[in-house]
Amino acid sequence: MSIVEKHKYDVVVIGAGGAGLRAAVEAREAGLRVAIICKSLFGKAHTVMAEGGVSASMGNVNSDDNWMVHFRDTMRGGKFLNHWRMAELHAKESPDRVWELETWGALFDRTAEGKISQRNFGGHQFPRLAHVGDRTGLELIRTMQQRIVAMQQKDARDHGDAESFIKVFAELTVTEILKESGKVAGTYGYWRENGNEVVFEAPAVILATGGIGKSFKVTSNSWEGTGDGHALAVKAGGRLKDMEFVQFHPTGMIWPPSVRGLLVTESVRGDGGVLTNSEGKRFMFNYIPAVFKEMYADNEAEGDRWYNDQANNRRPPELLPRDEVARAINSEVKAGRGSPHGGVFLDVSKRMPADVIKKKLPSMWHQFKELADVDITLTAMEVGPTCHYVMGGIEVEPDTAAAAGVPGLFAAGEVAGGMHGSNRLGGNSLSDLLVFGRRAGAGAAEYVKGNTGVSVSDATLKGASERLNAPFTGNGDENPYTLHAALQEVTNDLVGIIRTRTELEEAIVKLAELRARATKVKAAGGREFNPGFHLAHDLDNMLIVSECIARSALQREESRGGHTRDDFPKMDAKWRQVNSISTWDGTKVTVVTQKLPSMPKELFDLFDPHELEKYLTPEEMSAVEGGTK
Amino acid sequence: MSGVFSSTRAKISERTLRTDRWWLQPAITVAVLASFIVYATFRAFEAKNYFAEPLISPFYSPCLTARCPEGASLLGHPFGTIAIFGMAISPALLILIFPLGFRMTCYYYRKAYYRSFWQSPPACAVAEPHSTYTGETKAPLILQNGHRWFFFAGLVFNVILSIDAILAFRNAQGQWGHMSVGTLVLLTNATLLWLYSASCHTCRHTIGGRLKHFSKHPLRYKLWTWVSILNHKHANFAWISLFGVALADVYVRFVAAGSITNFYFF
Amino acid sequence: MSAIKKMVKLRIWRGDAKDGALQDVEVEANEGEVVLDIIHRVQATQMSDLAVRWNCKAGKCGSCSMEINGKPRLACMTRMNMFEEGETITVTPLRAFPVIRDLVTDVSFNYKKAMEIPAFEGPKDLKPGEYRMQQVDVERSQEFRKCIECFLCQDTCHVIRDHEENKKSFAGPRFFIRIAELDMHPLDTLRNRKQTAQTEHGLGMCNITKCCTEVCPEHIRITDNAIIPMKERVVDVKYDPIRWLGSKISKREGIV
Repeated sequence: MSIVEKHKYDVVVIGAGGAGLRAAVEAREAGLRVAIICKSLFGKAHTVMAEGGVSASMGNVNSDDNWMVHFRDTMRGGKFLNHWRMAELHAKESPDRVWELETWGALFDRTAEGKISQRNFGGHQFPRLAHVGDRTGLELIRTMQQRIVAMQQKDARDHGDAESFIKVFAELTVTEILKESGKVAGTYGYWRENGNEVVFEAPAVILATGGIGKSFKVTSNSWEGTGDGHALAVKAGGRLKDMEFVQFHPTGMIWPPSVRGLLVTESVRGDGGVLTNSEGKRFMFNYIPAVFKEMYADNEAEGDRWYNDQANNRRPPELLPRDEVARAINSEVKAGRGSPHGGVFLDVSKRMPADVIKKKLPSMWHQFKELADVDITLTAMEVGPTCHYVMGGIEVEPDTAAAAGVPGLFAAGEVAGGMHGSNRLGGNSLSDLLVFGRRAGAGAAEYVKGNTGVSVSDATLKGASERLNAPFTGNGDENPYTLHAALQEVTNDLVGIIRTRTELEEAIVKLAELRARATKVKAAGGREFNPGFHLAHDLDNMLIVSECIARSALQREESRGGHTRDDFPKMDAKWRQVNSISTWDGTKVTVVTQKLPSMPKELFDLFDPHELEKYLTPEEMSAVEGGTK
Repeated sequence: MSGVFSSTRAKISERTLRTDRWWLQPAITVAVLASFIVYATFRAFEAKNYFAEPLISPFYSPCLTARCPEGASLLGHPFGTIAIFGMAISPALLILIFPLGFRMTCYYYRKAYYRSFWQSPPACAVAEPHSTYTGETKAPLILQNGHRWFFFAGLVFNVILSIDAILAFRNAQGQWGHMSVGTLVLLTNATLLWLYSASCHTCRHTIGGRLKHFSKHPLRYKLWTWVSILNHKHANFAWISLFGVALADVYVRFVAAGSITNFYFF
Repeated sequence: MSAIKKMVKLRIWRGDAKDGALQDVEVEANEGEVVLDIIHRVQATQMSDLAVRWNCKAGKCGSCSMEINGKPRLACMTRMNMFEEGETITVTPLRAFPVIRDLVTDVSFNYKKAMEIPAFEGPKDLKPGEYRMQQVDVERSQEFRKCIECFLCQDTCHVIRDHEENKKSFAGPRFFIRIAELDMHPLDTLRNRKQTAQTEHGLGMCNITKCCTEVCPEHIRITDNAIIPMKERVVDVKYDPIRWLGSKISKREGIV
């Protein structure tokens, strides 16, 4: 063991993105001592990348909006695979979560009345996304970062030490959740700066580690999106839910290669951008699925009118949910109608004057100009699908965000599963992390009341330390960079947007081979800020997550939301009744089905029966209509 | 060792690793400002060839001492003759302190001369030669906070020089309705000075920048947005108006000395 | 889709707090790449333990701050095609902060300074959801909230870059825009921000030489829109007898 440093806290929050910070704020307000751990510097988390906005049915722009409409949109977007209770809490609480940000100093764009302005977004019936230009995520994270600083300033005044109740441990990687007698007892990890080991003793741990994008080759995620929380949870005995559902954002940059995967926000389409193929045709009109026929314009004239008159026209199909658009682009490219670099064109230049584009989409203009040397006010962008978000995640109890099967473990944000069903609507991730970040903080605070005074045994520490040091002490010779690249090839080629049985089976075999090689990973160089060593640990997490995705995808024999099976192209109501549950036994992943919790009748009543028919089995339908549900 | 050579910083022996010609900009600034200072000093002490009916050099307007020729003294001779050691001082010296002070305390010129003359810093990410630094917190630099007084004084001069330009719509006999190259020169000079003043940071602050709620002061907000546009170009106006003043003076001097004839359009 | 490949020459500073030096390396570059791509390739092929901080690789998180050919820049926003053919590109860590290893520096100074700026204080009588602000009133502060905290402005500012001893009394450009943001926030109620900007945070140390504005990757007009307006506001409350008198008579807002 190299210099073990020990800390004792009431709650350890892993991840300093939106969910983690919101959880920390809540836990501190409940009087707890909180450690916030993050792999990057404080304030750099992937939340800063969120552009479009945070969805909340405040009704500031269209007063017809309310939580029921938001709930409906969310369930519809998730194709009814969502945990109904999460979707309900989310829809009900998100306005309060947005408003409280204002009291902490957030400055959203305003309506003429001085309220928070809200914009349209794919899948949302009304203008619902509170936003700040196209840098909403940055506003969220900075606001909560500053909220934490404000709490620390108060602690300095009241207790003489700013870090007496909340302390941020930046650039620290957690390698394990420690348990004693079946309950969470703390975490183990190392400082990235010097490789020194650190143990945190705490009865409650909140995972808010975000996504898994770095397991894929083309992704909008930063290096941090390595599925750490997902892997930490299953290694600690937790369960992952619906891991097959991975959202490919339809519009990622595809040229130049160095920015491949980087996101082009949906507001480009919300504000009038159109998708065209190499023949110059707006192809999305050919891809409106039956379930959305009534809600989307079937001709260009009506679609164009919608931007100015939303009450009397249906929205253009460019604003279909993300999975539909991603699949449509995929099909166009496969049919040979793609752009030169294998995507399609997204054009705003012919639809808005240059100054309007710069005003409405400042970061997009900036991003294309500076990163790709493309002026989007003059030319079309080349875009294609990019791995963006994982709907699947840790199975949690909706009201408290407690992870199933691991007392003392909580999860919120992207790392938690269930909220978004099979597909997430744009804008619902920022609201998700606020609503469930807060609930995780409160849940942990409640749990800690009855579970104090943990300490970690030496035996547990020794094991954790050995595993942490394996990349240095082992006698293998595998290069972590090579293995990471190989993993990304497997997921990209075999577990991507369109999946089939044979490819998934092949992927599982290849992942097992990679796992075997990964045990022989060797980190060259010393302990100080050694990226090879860091990647060795991330790699282990990505391998577990990728296996969960592949096995869950193999099990689910239908196509729904972020999971498309070429050999089962239709949505199947029978599969709506079950979630896929992944567990880890130390060597491999096992996936089983688990019945979906049943939704109360009053929530079913929010939907038109004709719509429900598209999702439910005939037996379920008669139960709902008979009122016996 | 301090600064970039402090013991905790990355050990790099160069004071900068910039590869571009970072020294060019400060060098040009020194050359131009120094030339102007030399010329302005010479002219301020010269005390002749500054008036040629109806044109007066901006260095000498308003001309306030008894030495001023008839017609050049818009505001009379409130100072009579001021003499030091028996020598009557130049009327320019009485007034130049104001435009000079306005420019010395100007936020743009401060940047320009701190960088080029004082090398603090000579250019971005180029280590400065001084071992200590206190910025504008101590005398005399704390006086930079008086910029707004010079701004208001500058406005008075702008008015006077504008009147000079209007008076230049006369011929040498004092009859109205004429226009010469000299009229254009003074008019241009006055316009540039107005632009320089209007684009000033203090102007921007006074007109609206100091408000917390623009929405409660729509007119001042509108003015603030206009001034903000000009403010963007403040550095340009600072230079152009400086040349403008010098050229106006050169022109008047040549006319007054008889080297050239002030051409009349009508 | 074939990208044009070529070799480029890099000089990378490697070392730690004790010692270090520039090391030459040649590496492949493809069309359309940025300096961070090249550094990653060096890492993957030649120096697997080269320390570099990065995150989003899209100019939005402000992690990959370093000095490239002597200028403070984000490596992810520095396109390779801005260099001359055959030019050697020198890459060093930020030179205003203590070095940890290779291209990674200790930027904790900035987090300490963040702690010193009093937080937003909203009106006590308004509940969440009752805030009303006009777009024109929030726009100035919104510009400053674009800040991605890359700390390039702090790095380039000669007040601390060239004078270590000033670090204790000088907040730096990043925090001057924070103070300006709060002072211009339409609903902030803390009334002595102007005074403390001068007395506590060292606004008077700034000699407005504008290097912060020059290096800002978000193109925030730090000097013109934040520092100078704050200096003028300080004059209002500290150096302007007329305004001071006016404040005594009418107790005008914002003048404390």
